[in-house]
Formats: sequence, C-alpha cells, structure tokens
Amino acid sequence: MTIAIELAYLIASILFIMGIKLLSKTKDARRGNILSSVGMLIAIVATLITINVVTFVEIFICILIGTAIGIYYATKVAMTKIPEMVALFNGFGGLASFAVGLSDYFLKSGTSLESLDAVNLTSIILSVLIGGVTFTGSMIAYLKLDGKVSGQPITFSGQHLINLVLLIAFVVTSVLVFIDPTNLIFIGILIGISLLLGVLTVIPIGGADMPVVISLLNSYSGMAACATGFILNNNVLIVAGSLVGASGIILTQIMCKAMNRSLTNVLLGGFGQTVATGGQDGPAIVIKEIGVEETAMLFDSVSSVIVVPGYGMAVAQAQHVIRELMEQCEKRHISFKFAIHPVAGRMPGHMNVLLAEANISYDKLIEMEAINDEFPNTDLVLIVGANDVVNPAARTNPKSPIYGMPILNADKAKTVIVSKRSMGKGYAGVENELFGYPNCLMLFGDAKQTITKVVSEMKEMG
Amino acid sequence: MTVSALIILIYVLVLASYLGFELISKVPPTLHTPLMSGSNAISGITIVGALIACNEMGYTTLSKWLGMVALILATVNVVGGYVVTDRMLKMFKKK
Repeated sequence: MTIAIELAYLIASILFIMGIKLLSKTKDARRGNILSSVGMLIAIVATLITINVVTFVEIFICILIGTAIGIYYATKVAMTKIPEMVALFNGFGGLASFAVGLSDYFLKSGTSLESLDAVNLTSIILSVLIGGVTFTGSMIAYLKLDGKVSGQPITFSGQHLINLVLLIAFVVTSVLVFIDPTNLIFIGILIGISLLLGVLTVIPIGGADMPVVISLLNSYSGMAACATGFILNNNVLIVAGSLVGASGIILTQIMCKAMNRSLTNVLLGGFGQTVATGGQDGPAIVIKEIGVEETAMLFDSVSSVIVVPGYGMAVAQAQHVIRELMEQCEKRHISFKFAIHPVAGRMPGHMNVLLAEANISYDKLIEMEAINDEFPNTDLVLIVGANDVVNPAARTNPKSPIYGMPILNADKAKTVIVSKRSMGKGYAGVENELFGYPNCLMLFGDAKQTITKVVSEMKEMG
Repeated sequence: MTVSALIILIYVLVLASYLGFELISKVPPTLHTPLMSGSNAISGITIVGALIACNEMGYTTLSKWLGMVALILATVNVVGGYVVTDRMLKMFKKK
C-alpha cells in the first residue's frame, strides 16, 4: 500500500514538472495548468487513502469550505486585481505551511518526545519562520496593492537595526527550543518574531517595487512548503515546493534586472523618497497639449503605431477601448503593436493578462529587447499610464534615481502622445523629461474617456 | 529521521530546484502572471501536510485545529490558484 502511495506522489511530481514545462509555449499553457491540477488531485487522493476514515467528516467540511471560497474568489476577481489575489493566496499558502509545522510540533511535543529529533525541530522552526514571514508579508503587500494601506514606503529610523535584532533573537530562541523542546514560551516567541518580521520587511517597500515583492513572497511560499516536506519526510512536498521556490527567485531576478537595482536595494526600501528634491535643479519642463480631435487626425494619418501600456491603463480600465482603437487602425492598414516593459504594472506579466482579457492577440505584445529598435521607424507612440519605463533620464541623467534602468525608447519615435490624468510624477517620484521633448504631445484626462472620444472621432472619419 | 533519509530529501530538494530553474527560465514573459498564479496553486501542495495533520481523533488538541485551519487555507490556495490561472490562460489567443 505504501508503495502505491509513494508511486502516486511520484506521478504527481512528474505532472507538476510537465505542467510547468508546457507553460513555455503560450498555446500549450492551458493544458499545462490542467496537468498540474491533475497532479494535485492525485496527491490529495493518495494522501486521503492513508487517512483514518473517522476523520473524513471534518476533512470533507474543511475541503468544501476552502473549495467554495477558492472558486468564488477566482471566478469573481477582476483581471486588474490579479496582483492582489496572488498576494492574498500566497499569504494563505504561507499560513497553511506555518500551521502544519506548528500542528506537527504540538502533536509530537504532546506525545512522544523522541520523535522530535534535530531534523524535525529544524524543519518546524523553518516552516514557522518562512510561513509566518510569507503570511504577514503577503497580507501587507495585499493591503498596499489594494490601497487599504498607503503604497508609499513606510520608513522610520532604526528600521534595519530592529530587523537585525529580531533575526538574532530568532536564532537565539531557536537554540533555546533545541535545549528545551517542550517549553511553549520559546515557541511563542518564535511565532511572534516570524509574524513581526513579515510586516517589518514589507512596509518599507514602495508601490512600484511590488512586482519584486510579490515574486519574492511567491518564492517563500514554495520554500515554506519545502520545509513542511522535511517535517513529514515527504518527497512530493519538496519537489513542488522547490519548483515554486525556483520560479519565484527567477521572477525576482528578472524584475530587479529590469529596474537596474539589486535585490538588497529593493528590500531596504524607501526608494523614491530622497529624490523628491532632485527635480528642482533642472529647468522647468515646457509641455505641449493635444486635443482629442487632433489625436484622431494624427492616428488617421500615420502608418505605424506602438502603444506603451503601464499601470495607469489598468487603473483607468482602458484596455478594452485600446482594442477598439487597434481595430480602427487596422481597418486603415496601420501597423499596431504593443511594447511591454518587464516591470509595467504591479506584477510580472500584468499588462499581458489585461490585454489578453481585452481580446488582443498575444503576438502583438512585444517584449522590450525585441521592440526597442523599432521605435525610430515608428510614426506614432501612444503611452497610456506608463511613466518611469519611458523616461529618457534613465539613459541621459546620471543624477536621476532611475539612471541605468533599461527603458523603452519611445522618445525616438516621430511623434509621442502621452495619455495622462495630470502632470503628476511617476512612482519613482521623478520628473519625466520626455514630456518636454519637441516630439511629445500630452493628451490630458482619464485614459478611458479620452481614448473613447478618439475612437468615436475616428469612426466618424470612416 | 536517519541521516540517509535526510540526505535523500536534500538530494530531491537540490535536483528539483535545478530542474525548476531550467524550466522556468524558458517561460515567456507574456505568461509570467499565469506562471505566478499557477505556481502559487502548486505551493498549495502543503495541503498534503494539512491532511496528515488533520488525521487525529477528537477535537481536543491544538494540533488538530491547526491542521483543519491549514486544510481550509491550502484548499483555497489550490482551488483558487488553478481556477484563476485557467481563467487567464483561456484568454490568451492568437488571431
């Protein structure tokens, strides 16, 4: 019987691996996700076989509650709110691993102490630490993304010192747990420190850095699952957990590279606060405005368009009306593409999902490296709700906090139209010198409303 | 746990991590959001641990209650994660 169950876990692990492998091609991706969910089902059923039948009632109830919440949330959530949902679910996963670790601790410390060996204790301590940090960290990330807590970095003096002291206290208390495993006070201190560390490490991180934080927390939730695998001596937990851990780390690296910053720099936080004065020494930017009608006429006269979407497009819910704009342009045989910066939006790939939702074919969404050489030969670039990712200061101004960050060369196009609510600064708090360029025109107003007007003007032109 | 059992678990950890790095670096950026929500669902594998933790008679022990909380949370993570990933991937079309 045990062999059958172990084999089932092996099959589940293989299905997870195949599922991720299929994600490398967009057309196979959906099948990959289904394979991975079948793997999960096999792992659950195999585990249920080992479970005592008497406990099936409460297990059934818990699974029912979880399934209902999961399905309800997953089918209702708006595509613009995916980052919030991922942060929330990450937190749930972290808390689950945290609870499994503690459950095992209370079980073993209550019955036979000899089963609480060094490996076991280490794994329990790690799952409490990683699970706890993942839980509270993800909750703060969720609250920040959802606007319930300010997206601005929250910093205070001695922040890093406090984190360091907490970490040292954690290590010291862990040693005490090894000396006296049944002392509940020590475990309580470990729980408290873990939860506090999650809060303290995420609050100093600003809104624009959220893609990095979500990726990192994603990785942590996998590592927490790994730690529970070591507690329960279970390979499928370790395989699945390390796949997720690796995935999160890779995404974190990609995000950091796209912002030209090190992970330490992001995690220390407070980005964008000290630079608020930096804009004052330069000459004031003189901008040119453009109206809706002129914009429509401009679109009517060009032969190639590239749209640069940013988080502002998601906020304004402008992706559907941009598809209508695309249809109008394609009717006129105008080449129409999208340039996607890796950190556009609030999580990796956020823009792609929104544009896919608006029924825009994915082969029109071009990555930064692939499209950057096309800008000089492009007639018109429309920037919707993006700012820092097109700021030429990243190339030209060594004093700028975003200097060195790879950007989309939107400024090299013949004409640039920026759809923007007002003359606010980007999330990095930096003045965008692109707005003052001679080829740049500002289209002020809510992106959805102004572009809707542009589209109806174009329809009238026929 | 014996040392040899621990070594095998560490082997699995190291090899699976390497495999994960290889596979995930090939996922195109356009699918990074579904990758994240999908891998989020996979991290719900801790549901296996939660089921084992629930396997205790009666409702008197703390470990039982923690197991049940873990089971609900892990189920939300697994079911919600897979459903929302499928919803997203369904939208990725080429015309």
